Formats: sequence, C-alpha cells, structure tokens
Amino acid sequence: MLGFLKQPVVVTAEINMNLVALTVMGLVNRLWALSYPRAVVFDEVYYGQFVSLYMKRIFFVDDSGPPFGHMLLAFGGYLGGFDGNFLWNRIGAEYSMNVPVWSLRLLPALTGALCVPLAYQILVELHFSHCAAFGAALLILFENSLITQSRLMLLESVLIFFILLAILSYLKFYNLQKCSPFTAGWWFWLLLTGVACSCAVGVKYMGLFTYMLLLAIAGVHSWHLIGDQTLSNVSVLCHLLARGLALVVVPVAMYLSFFYVHLTVLYRSGPHDQIMTSAFQASLEGGLARITQGQPLEVAYGSQITLRNVLGKPVPCWLHSHKNTYPIRYENGRGSSHQQQVTCYPFKDVNNWWIVKDPGMQQLVVSNPPRPVRHGHIVQLVHGITTRYLNTHDVAAPLSPHSQEISCYIDYNISMPAQNLWRVEIVNRESDTDVWKTILSEVRFVHVNTSAVLKLSGASLPEWGYRQLEIIGEKLSKGHHQSMLWNVEEHRYGKSQEQKEREVELHSPTQADISKNLSFMARFTELQWKILTLKNEDTEHKYSSSPLDWITMDTNIAYWFHPISGAQIHLIGNILTWASANVATLVYVCLFLWYLLRRRRKICDIPEDAWRLWVSAGGLCVGGWAVNYLPFFMMEKTLFLYHYLPALTFQILLIPVVLQHLTDHLCRYPGYSTGCPAVLISGDKSSEMMGFLVPAPALILGTLHYVPSVITLPCLAEENYSVNACTGLGKVNCSPV
Amino acid sequence: MPCEGTRLRFPPCPTARTPFPLMPCAVVPGCRRLPRVGAQMTLAVGCCQAESGPRCGGLRQRRPRRPAGEPSRPSPPPRAWAPLEAPVGVWAPLASITLLSFASRFYRLSEPPHVCWDETHFGKMGSYYINRTFFFDVHPPLGKMLIGLAGYLSGYNGTFPFQKPGDRYGHHNYIGMRGFCAFLGSCLVPFAYLIVLELSKSLSAALLAASILIFDTGCITLSQYILLDPILMFFLMGAVLSMVKYNSCAVRPFSAPWWFWLSLTGVNLAGAIGVKFVGLFVVLLVGLNTVYDLWELLGDLSLSLVTLGKHLLARVFCLILLPLVLYTAQFAVHFAVLNKSGPGDGFFSSAFQSRLIGNNLHNVSVPEHLAYGSVITMKNLRMAGGYLHSHWHLYPEGVGARQQQVSVSLYHSLSLLPASDHLDPSCSVEFVRHGDVIRLEHKETSRNLHSHQHEAPMTRKHFQVTGYGINGTGDANDFWRIEVVGRKSGKRIKVLRSQIRLTHLATGCILGSSGKTLPKWGWEQVEVTCTPYVKETPNALWNVEDHINPKLPNISLDVLKPSFPEILLESHMVMIRGNSGLKPKENEVTSKPWHWPINYQGLRFSGVNETDYRVYLLGNPVVWWLNLVTIGLYLLMATCTIVAIKRGAQLTVEFKELSEVLLHSGGKIMLGWLLHYLPFFMMGRVLYFHHYFPAMLFSSMLTGITWDTLLKFCAGCLSCSMGKRVYTYGMLALMLLIVYSFYLFHPLSYGMVGPMASDPNSPMAGLRWLESWEF
Repeated sequence: MLGFLKQPVVVTAEINMNLVALTVMGLVNRLWALSYPRAVVFDEVYYGQFVSLYMKRIFFVDDSGPPFGHMLLAFGGYLGGFDGNFLWNRIGAEYSMNVPVWSLRLLPALTGALCVPLAYQILVELHFSHCAAFGAALLILFENSLITQSRLMLLESVLIFFILLAILSYLKFYNLQKCSPFTAGWWFWLLLTGVACSCAVGVKYMGLFTYMLLLAIAGVHSWHLIGDQTLSNVSVLCHLLARGLALVVVPVAMYLSFFYVHLTVLYRSGPHDQIMTSAFQASLEGGLARITQGQPLEVAYGSQITLRNVLGKPVPCWLHSHKNTYPIRYENGRGSSHQQQVTCYPFKDVNNWWIVKDPGMQQLVVSNPPRPVRHGHIVQLVHGITTRYLNTHDVAAPLSPHSQEISCYIDYNISMPAQNLWRVEIVNRESDTDVWKTILSEVRFVHVNTSAVLKLSGASLPEWGYRQLEIIGEKLSKGHHQSMLWNVEEHRYGKSQEQKEREVELHSPTQADISKNLSFMARFTELQWKILTLKNEDTEHKYSSSPLDWITMDTNIAYWFHPISGAQIHLIGNILTWASANVATLVYVCLFLWYLLRRRRKICDIPEDAWRLWVSAGGLCVGGWAVNYLPFFMMEKTLFLYHYLPALTFQILLIPVVLQHLTDHLCRYPGYSTGCPAVLISGDKSSEMMGFLVPAPALILGTLHYVPSVITLPCLAEENYSVNACTGLGKVNCSPV
Repeated sequence: MPCEGTRLRFPPCPTARTPFPLMPCAVVPGCRRLPRVGAQMTLAVGCCQAESGPRCGGLRQRRPRRPAGEPSRPSPPPRAWAPLEAPVGVWAPLASITLLSFASRFYRLSEPPHVCWDETHFGKMGSYYINRTFFFDVHPPLGKMLIGLAGYLSGYNGTFPFQKPGDRYGHHNYIGMRGFCAFLGSCLVPFAYLIVLELSKSLSAALLAASILIFDTGCITLSQYILLDPILMFFLMGAVLSMVKYNSCAVRPFSAPWWFWLSLTGVNLAGAIGVKFVGLFVVLLVGLNTVYDLWELLGDLSLSLVTLGKHLLARVFCLILLPLVLYTAQFAVHFAVLNKSGPGDGFFSSAFQSRLIGNNLHNVSVPEHLAYGSVITMKNLRMAGGYLHSHWHLYPEGVGARQQQVSVSLYHSLSLLPASDHLDPSCSVEFVRHGDVIRLEHKETSRNLHSHQHEAPMTRKHFQVTGYGINGTGDANDFWRIEVVGRKSGKRIKVLRSQIRLTHLATGCILGSSGKTLPKWGWEQVEVTCTPYVKETPNALWNVEDHINPKLPNISLDVLKPSFPEILLESHMVMIRGNSGLKPKENEVTSKPWHWPINYQGLRFSGVNETDYRVYLLGNPVVWWLNLVTIGLYLLMATCTIVAIKRGAQLTVEFKELSEVLLHSGGKIMLGWLLHYLPFFMMGRVLYFHHYFPAMLFSSMLTGITWDTLLKFCAGCLSCSMGKRVYTYGMLALMLLIVYSFYLFHPLSYGMVGPMASDPNSPMAGLRWLESWEF
C-alpha cells in the first residue's frame, strides 16, 4: 500500500539551454529601453490612429489589411489602459503622458523576440545540426532591420512571427506524421499550423502567400500519402479530411472571427462611414442610424426620400437638383435643353429630397393606409423644393454626349413634352412583387419612353454646375453596374398638402422607429470588399523604393529624427547578413540545378537522404523568400524597404542551411579537401563547426553594427547629422557633441 | 466518371482480350505500304513520310484503314469504338470540314457594306500602310501590315477614311481585306482537326472539335471582319499544330520533317507575337512544352551529352533566335514602310520624329551642342509629353504665388527659352556642360523659370513652378543645375539626344511634368511641377528640340538619327506604356473575364435599332456551355484517373492508352486554355469579350478529346455491342446538337434585320436566353 514510497519520486526535466539562452537574448535586445523614444516614430502615426479608434469603439475602414493586426496593437493599448486620446498627426510628435508607449510597443517586440527561438526550432525540425540552428537564430537576433521593426508599434514583426510559427508547426506535424499520426500532438501541431496561417493572413495580406506555400507543400506531401499503398483507402481519406479541416476550414473560420470581433468591438459611427452603404451605416450607433432610426420601412406613394448612389465613387453622393438650369450652349458649342440641373451632391442638403408620386394622382401626400411602391411600378419623382419632375429626353448629357441629359422639367412651351415616367426596378428583390424598402432595396430607375437608366457618370460638372457630379441617362445599358443603383436613405411619409408647409416639413428631421440590423455575413462581405477595392490616391513618398532596391539594400528609411538633439532612427539592414543571404540564395539555386540535372542523368553527387533534406529545406527557405518577395513586382502601391523583411527572414534561414551542406558534402569531397583545411583538422566535428564558423565574421560585424544602436553614440562630425553620416549603422541615436 | 473508380479492372470486351498488340500494324501486314489517301496534301504528310517509327505518324499505323476499293482486307479485331473510325479515311473528313469551314466564313462576307466595330481602327491602319503614313498603335505591326498588304493586292487604294463604325464603304474595295481575314479564320478549323487528330489519334474527337469551331457563331463573326483576331488565332493554332507535329516526330530527331515542323513552330510564334502581345501566351505554352521535352531527353541515358547539346541548340535556334529575328524583321519593314509623318508622331521622342518625312524635325539643321545664349524648346520625355511653355497669364488667386504660369503645352509651342547664365555678351561661344548652373529665360515674356516652396496647383506634394523676374533679373530661386542622364560632368549637351534633368538649386527639387491637366485658368494645359522626390522617371526628363544660335554652325540632324535598335526599343516602350494606359474608368461597365466562358454578354458589331442590319458577336450558347461543362468534366476525369493510377489500380492496356491520351494530350490543351485565360484576371487594362477567343479554341479542342475519351471509357465498360452503340450515338447526338443550335443562332453572325428578340414577331424570339444578351 505504501509501495510507492519504496521508489523515490523523480522528476526528469529536459531543458534545451540553447533555446532558453536564445529566448532571453531575444527578449533583452528587443525589449531593452522599449519606450525610448517617447515620440511618434514613422508608421506609428498610421497604426496609432486605429488604436485610438479601437479604444473609442469607433468604426473605421483601413485598406492596408485585415483587422487582426490592428486589434493586436489595440490590445496592447488596452492592457496599458490607453484611453485613445492622442492626436496622431505628425511623425516626431512627443507622446503625452496618457499614452502607454511601453505596452503599445510590447506586442510587436515580444513577437519579434520570439522569432529568434522559432528560427532555431525550424532548422532543428528540418534535421539540421544544432550548431546551424543556433547560427540561424543568432543571425535573426542580430539583424538590425528586424530589431528596429520589432521595437516600434508596427506589424511586420507580428507577421514574421506568425509566418515562422506556421512553418514550425507544419514541420513538427510532418515529423510526427511518420511515427504517430492522429495522436494529440499530431492534431495540435496540425491545428496550430492552420491557426498561425490565418493569423498571418489576418495581420497583413502578404501572409496569404506563405499560406499558399504551405498549402502547396502540404499538397505535395498529401500526394505522396495517396501514393502510399500500404495505407488503406479509408485511412488516406481520413488523412486528407484532417488536412482539409485544419488547413482550410479552420483558417477560414478564424479569419471570419477576426472580422466578427472587429465589427462587434467597433459599434460607433465614425470618419469612414461615408464609404459604406446606407444599410451598413444604419447598423452603427450614432451617425446615420440616429437619423434613419424609426423611419418607415416601405416606400409609398407620397414618400419623401433622399436617394444615394450605391457605387459611391468617386465620392458618395445623393441625387440632387437646384434652381439653376443647364447653360443654353456648352463651351464646345453643343446645345442643352436649358432645363433645371440634376446632379449628384456629396453633402446632405435639403435639395436632396424627392417625392415619389403616382402618375395617376395629383396629391403629394401619403394616403391612409399607405400604398407601397413595388418592383415594376411606374412613378414620377418630384423634386421637393422646386416641385419639378425628374425628366430625361433625347438631348446629349453635358459631359457624356453618348448618354441622355437628365433634368427637372421646365415647360418652355416648345415642342419638347415632359417625359417623366420612371419604372422602379428593385435589383436585389426576392420576388417580383417586392416592396421598395428604405435603405435595403437597391433600385434602378428605367425611363419609360427611352428605356434609359439613371446613372452617375463619375465626371464632375464645370463651374456652372458648381463642380457637382454629373447624372446621365445611360441608353445602351450594358449589364448591371453599381453606378446605376440607388437606395433610399432618409425617408418620411409626406403629410403637407401645401408647398409652404412641405418646405418646412422637408427641413425637419425624420422620425419613427425601426431598426434594421444587417446580418454578420452581409456586413463582413461589404467590409471585406471595401477593404480590397478601396483605392487611395497614389502617394509619392520620399522613402518609397522599388523591390529591386531591396536585394542590394540601395535604400533606407529615416524613421525618426529629433529636431534638437539630432538623434535619429533608421531602418537599414545589416549589410553583411544581406550580402551573405544573397550569396546563399545564389549558391543554393545553382547547386540545386546542378544536382537536379545530374540526378536526371543518374549521377548522384550526394546521398538520397541529403538530397531530400536539401530539397525540403530549400523549398521552404527559397520558396518562402520567393513568395514573399516576387509578388511585390506586380503591386502598384507605394512600397517600402520594410515590406522585404518577411522575405529576408527566409533568406537568412537559408544561410546556415547552405553552409552546413557545403561543409558536409562539398568540402569533404576528396578533390576539394585542400581548399578546406579546417575540415581536415577538426575531423568529425568539422561539419558542425563550419556551420558556425563561417557566419561568425558576419555575426561579429553585425553585432558591432548593433552596439551603437543600444548605446548613444556621439556623432563624429560635428555639424553633420545628416542621414549620410549615419548610414551603415543600423539604428543610431546620434547627438552632436 | 462512372467507370474507372470501380470497374477499371474489368476487361472491356472479350475481343479486346486477345493478345493483339497496340499496333494493328503488326496484325495487318503491309499496313505501311498502304497508299495514303490524300497523300498529296503535303501539309500533314511532311512528317516522317519515309519512316514510320512507333510514335512518329503513329496515327496512321494504329488505326486500321481501308483505302477505297479494298473493302475485303482482313481487319484486326475491332474495338468497341472502332467502327466509326475504321471505314473513314483521314483526308476525306479533312477536305470536307475545310470546305464547310470556308463556306461558313465566306458566306455573306460583304454584308454589311459598312464599317463594323473595330474595323474602324484596323482598316484605318491598313490604309496607313498603303499611304505610308506613320501611326501609333498598342499592338505590334504584323497584323496590320498583313491587312494593308491584302488591301493593296486586292486593289484597295487606301483612300477610305474609316472614320467611325457605320460608314458606308461605297465604291471602295474592302472585300479583299475581309476575305484575307476570313481565309485565315477558316484555316482554324482544319488546324484544330489536325491537332486533335495528332494528339488523340481519334477521328471522331477531331471531327467533334472541328464541328464545334465550324458551327460556333462567335468564331464565324470574328473571322468575317477586318480584325486582328483571325490573324492572331491563325498563327497561334499554327504554332500549336507544328509543335504537336514535331513532338510526334521525336523518334527521328534531326530528320527533315522534324526540322521543318520545329522551325515552322518558330515562324508561327513570331507571327503570333507580332500580331498582338497576347501571342506571348502561346510562346509560353511552347516554351513549357519544350522544357518538358528536353527534360525527358535528359532522362534518356542512351543519349550522349553531345546529342543533348545538339537538341538544345536546335531548339534555341528554332524557337528563340528564329522568332526573334523574324519579329525584328517585321519591325524593320514597319519602319521602312511608314516613312511619312502622321498621327502617331506625338507619341515618340523628338529624335524618332526626325526620321519622318513631313515632320518639322525632318531634315532640319540646327547647332548640335547647347551653348549659353541659345534659344531652345524643351520637350518632356513622358509619352505624348509636350513642350515647356509659358504665357502672359498669372496663376490665379489662391493657387501658390501669383506669378506667371508655366505649363506643358501639347502643341508645338513657339515660346522659346534661351539658356543664359553669364550675361556678358562676349563674342566667344561658351557651351553648356553637364552639371552647369544655368538660368532659363522665357523669350516671349523675358521671365525666368522659377520655383519655390509653394505647393503646386494640382499635385500638392510638389512645388510650384512659375515665371519670375523682369528682363532676366530675378532672384536666387531662378537657378537650375542642368544634368545629362548617364554622363559625367564636363560633357556638352546635345540637341535631341541628351536626356536632361533640371535640378532646382535652392530646394533640390527636379523640374517635371505631373501629367495632370490644369483647370480652365491654365488653358487646360498640363501641369509643370518641381518634384522633391528624386526618382528616375521620364516625367522629370527633358530633351532639347528646336535650337537657334546664330553663332554656332548648323549641322544636319541626320547624324543624330537614332539607330534601328534604339527605335525598336523606343517603340516597345511606347507600346507598353500605351497598353497600360488603357485603364477602365471607375463608373464604366466593363467586361470581366469571368463573363466570358459563360457567354454572358456579346459585342455589338453593327447596328442598334430595329431597322439596322445587326451583327452581334456572341458564341453559340450551346457550344460554349458544352465547353464550360467539359472543362469541369475534364478536371473530374483527370483527377479520378490520376488518383486511380497513383493508388496503383491495375489498368488494362486499352484504359492505359485512354488515360494516356486524357492526361497527356488533354493536359497540353488544358494548359493552353489556362495560359490563354487566367492571365486576363490579372490585367488592369480594359478587357473585351473577344479576348477570350484564343482560349475558346483550346476549350473546343479539349471538348473533342474529353467527350471522345469519356464515351470510349463508357463503351469499354459496357458489353461490346452496347458499347459500340453508346459510342456512336453519343457522338452523333453531340454533333446534331451542335448543328441544330447553329441553325437556331446563325442570324447572329449572318445578320438580323427586323424587330429585336424581345419582340415575339422577331425571328430570334425566344432565343434570348440570358437577359444580358442584346440582340
């Protein structure tokens, strides 16, 4: 009974001190003096505003990427108790006391620090020696550009962390696959791969390419699995399903959940409302919702409405008319109808109100009970303030001569009758008898006489039209386009019989009470689409660069500059690491092609195992570099050096891989032995030693570069604090003597 | 795929189990000696006529054929699907489909007798060649040169203006040009037939593919007008055909037919890429095929390295060098023919324009090197960039400093800017050198080119450029450093040839044209700014065009004329920029690539109203939807087959052969379809429906191969007589379906008059299956 006492209680713990040491070193160099400088550095000015909006729960749209990265940064702010009150307007502005700089920068710094042990683990899982793995980790540790990027409130280090995590967990999973499939560990690593992938994609869209690479690798491995005839059909199917679940279904669900959290957290209306559709805006608290709250849902004859164009490009605008008429002759000599202008106006205005009228009746009020307008009904649209009818006729539009002019009809008693009947077509209808609904229905107005469609042309009128946007009747309507769709935004049932009363009524705010909540999927689809299609005007930037400049590091970015002390922070790489990484890539590609061609001729230079190792390590590192680098050549947005960092990380991992391969196989080759005395001397351990020895100079120099970034170094030249004086130093705080 | 998963291992039919080999030749003695039916048609016979190895010309050996008049020859045990093929030769069907193809393309060729759709461009460009007038187009010149040649040979004199669609041709001879395009378009059908026949060795597959193309209204319409597409598709299919042919000659490399087909591939590639840059996709297809080919050869250890080297060199020579030479040659012809000034001048640099007769730079003599005191005009190097310009008007209130406007004017401006620095009027001439600091004075208004730290009127991040000072007296902001791109300091500056950059001394910004149009106060000329972002773009580069300096001797500009490689390079830069400039506008309805395979929307070629003669480019919906379904079907079948093989399923010889055709030949065609379709998803330029037609050709061939294979699979699974019937009836049903749908939709190509299809009285009533079709 007390038998257990006969044996001593033993706890055996195995701690890889390499890993511990690397983690500690990473933490120290990423976290040391983290809150210096207490000023806005470079893109912090950009991400900071989103953090503030998160703190205030205000909705925004950012076209630079999905929300997960922003949320992580905001989480840091939340932990530090940030209230969001800071004006992010200028790089170099001093932070006020309420900004928790340390905790805002903590998450990027932590993830940056953890990249170091991850790099170590990845090489170990690729079956390279611990020495090579240690070398890789040190190279990551002492890469100044990665340090700089990690120590600020930026997203690259987070992205790199998730990318490396995804790679590592896939490798762990793959190594477990051989001995123990479907165990807990196997599932854990498989699922972690999916989760890390979705996090990477959620931080920046660049993560998508690494995800694709992993999917491709997993595809190749699955293909081998299918070919494995020792497995039964059922178990092959189970394997495939497990992979599908973990690598496709889980990431998609995770990605959706990011947006779910994003939309749940941000429930207040804010500066980007205008970009979204009316329905979306109405789902936010404040803003449009306050206006539209409680308005009647179904548009009826006699309704007073404002009509918003669904496309919202170049700017969101409402159908508008005003007293002024089209000029009799345009500058180019063409004539117009000289009737009242109809435009699209990007601001709320009492002239945006229109009244839906039944052509068969005179009155402009809603009868009791209201008669709703349905799909296919024919209506007239009366401009509220001027009581003129929306009209189109065979006159060329002012700026788009192939389309018809839209006007508010004035009877000049010339042989030009009013043609003011419009058929209402609800495009997103569910049945052909659908009722025209406020906010929700997207409607086309088809002119009855000419079958022209009311459309926003996108051009803005000259001076006589007050630079408002042109509205045309598109005759040859080619398919559906959002610029032809309109939705009712503000809506009330008209009650005033007299024009004077009606004017007062038009000026008064709408009331009543219905809330229209969009489903999550509808809101997600719209937000995702807007993020992908939103185009900022192309911005030139002083430090923008082209992808070709990155390889050779022909470019740098000045992140921060203190106007008085002259201290500065630069993003610039460790030139030795970059050069050796480039050489390693070149050597890898050349050797790979050489082996490949020779193997095809049945000449095997290296053993089969070594070849497999060489291919898998190279596929991952060179592949990772390529997928994170080459797509930039096709992008049209403004690019910066920091976009290269994920690719660079992969390239750095390749250095020890190539070195170890060279020492293991090429230098051992009798013909080459004279060239490698070190190998001959150090005997068995040589391969591992070489893996570490050769990058050593790079490491030492890298460290030297790194040292000045930690201590404050007086600038040598007294007057010259210019960028050039400090070029070559990773991140330097220069102060004049 | 009902069969392969479970029943692949079943013997297909008792007769097939007899140990007769794959090659019926062995059973039919003297098969080689059979007189070939239609052997006089050299096009397809060229390959390995003398030799018949197992692969080369295998089609002739594998299929037992009974030449006419020899009905009682002992035939090999027939396969389930053999009956349909056996009695029919290869050439008789070829002749008949060619005839049908020509008939369908030439029928009502002259209708409508007015300009249709893009004829207004390509017809006009053909006329330019006949008139030898220089023009600019985003496509390489071969297609338009051929159109011009066809017009010239058929007696068209190049006088018709081709102003807009709908213009009547009147007495002008346009049939020659249309006939030429229709001829090339008709060749597509026999090409497709031969390709499929060569790949699948199955007559019915080839017939199916050919009939799809014959009876597709879209292909007919696109072939009947003066357009680049039939020419492009001709070369494209020619390239694929010769590629397939040389692949099947692989058993006897370096034989005459092998060289013939290999070099013909190269010639066709040059043609395809010379008509439109879309031809690059077929180059890619051939390239991938060649790489695969070489890889296979490399793995063949019986070949020595020397032989491999020869293989490699042969391909480099025929598939890279030959096309390059031909491609360059057609540009040489293009530049030689077009030697008169015309509408395209403005797109090119000053040096380029000096080549053109009638251009005001032609045969001009000016001083060669820039000197202080010279009067010059400066042209921006941006495509269609204008001349640096100033006038008496000031920038309006609120737009930077109220100083004199400086802009870029598209017209040849007479406002000249003298370069002057040292104001001493000494008689000795001092040349301006790279790196000098100069001041530029506007001749008309005698103000200095000036910049300062006010924001530019349109581009807010740049600095404003103005004219400042009186009679040459200004301030320190009037100094500019003149630099020549790619030169060291001390060098003189050449008229026309030197690319100049002007750096503002005080602010370090660079004089450039932003490309944005100024509002009315600026006379809608193009904005000039000083950009603080130091980048090498043509926007910030200038060259000196006119140059007057009485103290210097004039030289003829002939010495400055660019060399052929330079003009070749320049015209490519201009074409690429022109292509990327064709961006769709935000509010335009544009055709999207996903519309195309589902035949979502066509293009109006002619006519809008009920009374017009209307032609509408739209694929035969039955054919196109069949193609679409087939692509899915193919993917399914290929996946099933490949997984079955990977899982180690034991296939019979017949199924092995079928899966070989499906994966190998079908794969090639599928790759062609992907290469001609997917890249459009990534293109930013304006896209049109007709861009899909090259991909559609591949899709149709795939349909032929896939359905043939599918029916053979099914036939193989069923009993022998049943299988035969299924196969025969299946093929017949498909063909009939295609012919009948063509009967329904033929008015789309051959013209419709009368009410639109929405009217029940229209002959097309009830055929408007999609609301987006506009006929």
